[in-house]
Amino acid sequence: MKQPSLVHVLQPKWRSALQRLREERASGGTGKLVLLIIVGGAFWAGVFGVLFMILRFLRKVEELGPLIPGKILGLILLSFIFILVLSNVITALSSFFLAKDLDLLVSAPVDWLRLYIAKLSETLLHSSWMVALMIVPILAAYGVVYKGGVLFVPYAILAVLPMLILPAVVGSAVTLVLVNVFPARRTRDLLSIIALGAAGGVILLFRVIRPEQLARPEGFRNLLDFVILLGGPTSPFLPSEWASQAIMGYLRNQIDLLPLVLLWTTAAAFVALGAALHGALYAQGFTKAQEGAERFIRGTLWRWTIGWALRWLPVARREFVIKDVKLFFRDTTQWSQLILLAVLVVVYLFNIQVLPLRRGEPVGFFYVNLVSFLNLGLAGFVLASIAARFIFPAVSLEGRQMWLLRSSPLDLKALLWSKYWVGTLPLLVLGLLLTGLTNALLEVTPFMMIMGLTTMAALTLAIAAQALAFGTVYPQFETENAAQIPTSFGGLAFMMTTIALLAGVIVSLWQAVYQYVRAAYEGRPVVIDSWMLLWFAVAGALCVTATIVPLRIARKKLETFEF
Amino acid sequence: MIRLENLTKLYGSFVAVDDISLHVPRGVLYGCLGPNGAGKTTTLRMIAGILRPSQGRVLLGGDDVHVNPLSAKMRLGFIPDRPFVYDKLTGAEFLRFVAGLYGQEGDVVERRIAELLEVFELTSWKDELVEAYSHGMRQKLIISSALIHRPECIVVDEPMVGLDPKAARLLKDIFRQFVDRGGTVLMSTHTLEVAEAMCDQIAIIQHGKIVAAGTVSDVRRQHKAGDASLEELFLKLTGGAQMRELAEVLGGLR
Repeated sequence: MKQPSLVHVLQPKWRSALQRLREERASGGTGKLVLLIIVGGAFWAGVFGVLFMILRFLRKVEELGPLIPGKILGLILLSFIFILVLSNVITALSSFFLAKDLDLLVSAPVDWLRLYIAKLSETLLHSSWMVALMIVPILAAYGVVYKGGVLFVPYAILAVLPMLILPAVVGSAVTLVLVNVFPARRTRDLLSIIALGAAGGVILLFRVIRPEQLARPEGFRNLLDFVILLGGPTSPFLPSEWASQAIMGYLRNQIDLLPLVLLWTTAAAFVALGAALHGALYAQGFTKAQEGAERFIRGTLWRWTIGWALRWLPVARREFVIKDVKLFFRDTTQWSQLILLAVLVVVYLFNIQVLPLRRGEPVGFFYVNLVSFLNLGLAGFVLASIAARFIFPAVSLEGRQMWLLRSSPLDLKALLWSKYWVGTLPLLVLGLLLTGLTNALLEVTPFMMIMGLTTMAALTLAIAAQALAFGTVYPQFETENAAQIPTSFGGLAFMMTTIALLAGVIVSLWQAVYQYVRAAYEGRPVVIDSWMLLWFAVAGALCVTATIVPLRIARKKLETFEF
Repeated sequence: MIRLENLTKLYGSFVAVDDISLHVPRGVLYGCLGPNGAGKTTTLRMIAGILRPSQGRVLLGGDDVHVNPLSAKMRLGFIPDRPFVYDKLTGAEFLRFVAGLYGQEGDVVERRIAELLEVFELTSWKDELVEAYSHGMRQKLIISSALIHRPECIVVDEPMVGLDPKAARLLKDIFRQFVDRGGTVLMSTHTLEVAEAMCDQIAIIQHGKIVAAGTVSDVRRQHKAGDASLEELFLKLTGGAQMRELAEVLGGLR
């Protein structure tokens, strides 16, 4: 029998993607596209600019200069390889075992090799596009600084492509083996925890060893040690090192084909091995993937704790809150993100603690207050990112169940209320913790402590309201994975609006805080006058407006939803 | 009990429901029949308050669903055709949650949950996450959830889809008893045998309009169909000629 082509097997995917693009365009998506191009372009320009300056500077440094760029590229590509393997393992689970089109493909007379290549391509595309986009400005900076010329573009593609294929094959193979051992749904839970735990561990380790010290050669016993370290390959058996060698060789006009040959032959061998493994294990794994993760749950814990604590609430609101909390803690893909969050808090506080602020008084006083003040913006940004991940998808995740909520006498205000507070309270605790502990580490004055905590509380309320509102105005009812929901246009619009709010509040407060810091610095008594009060009022008004208006818009939008 | 007045639903320029007026009195089991895409589900979802009508209104026990939604919806139990339920709740938790949406809690709810789970043979599954339920079990759970607050009327879209013969029979009996006790059921179905056996009155919908309504005998009389079966009547009113053509095409393919 003539087998369908790969393009044909993947047809539902690319046709759906094209249709989504058409729908976007039809619903006025040009504006969104322009915005995406601007934001993406700015990000690319930023990465390019920073790396360009570093590389240009290093080119002028004698002896060490030529060694460091290769080392940097090797480290960048190595970190990409780790990210890619993790990402591919998780993506492969969906594309090979949980995707909706699998029943059709597996029951059709499509041979296993074709299915493997099609699903491998899908996995590769889904898990690598972001890394591929990130590599562009990085290699562009190398190409420009080293005058790689136009031919550098195809050469770089030739070097990077197998580096994307290899993690896809490895990730898919790891998933295949895991699914043969555990049921797919349990494997997904397991992978989420392992992946996030590993990512968290790496971040923590990387931070605690204080890599900034490596930038100071005087920290090494002697210059020779440093040069030897830079000269040796980071990881000689990893494709990132081969890609880095291939690229740097080309840029230094010392073209060595061995790394390229190694890359492509290894990729080809891995695809062949992956296909053989797939042929041997896929049928059994796919059958196992159909097994549910059986769980017998009584669920009385939440009823006794949250149910008891919220007994003063009307029953509909109380049940809604209990339901939301249960759904969060029973979904491993959701709660496991808390691991990363905990790591983030530790790294955040560690960074504050190691800041060299107190080298001398009274300059130290000024910097301490400045850092404490600017920390509000940084903590606000962290909270915005967390809100984007946890509060923004709240309404979208109700999509399939909206028939129940809309046909019941549940007031939409109650729905929004529950979603808002379930998301806001933990965010508020985190915001106050970050600000309070940071200020305590910095040993700031009571004025700065109170101002910081109050501002953070007001900002948290506003950020949560904005996340919920943007998530309601730009819902993603068809997306089942909550982690994908914030990567939409609505998520981007939310982040931009929140950054604008943070900037507005910080600028307003600075007028008041500057007056305080200057008075304290000059040893004058601090007088809270009408000027200070005015700017506090402006910041307060901004937060109140950014809380109330979005919630009202969200409620109006909820009323118009149709399913 | 259920009154539709000039109900219209537009999707852009497409008319999904076209000026439908209908009255379903208390104590009646009413069936909505029609081919795929005729507008049955859209009509039922407007009655349940999920979709807003472009024109016209829906009254449940005298309350407009879109003007007084809370009091109108208190009377209603809605069963959709696709059983989407929270996967990470257990069956008992889901029913408790739905009861809470109707402002009910306490021992009364616990007893009702136990009763409904027993009736639908889900007792041994009550502490299992819904993600482990089969399609039919989910459908049974949703039917239980529609009954948990003792509604006055039930609106149900394709009630028999996914149910095993025993559960289908049980549902028929439940609906019959519910109606005999003064409740009202409005259901859409493709299964003409079900409609003929269960429904006191029917409406046949085609292209968003009601093309025939009343008891099956009334409809036969209105369309001079003699002793024709409901199936023949249905095909006559909704494009039987196309069906015959289709049968010929399928026959030719063999």
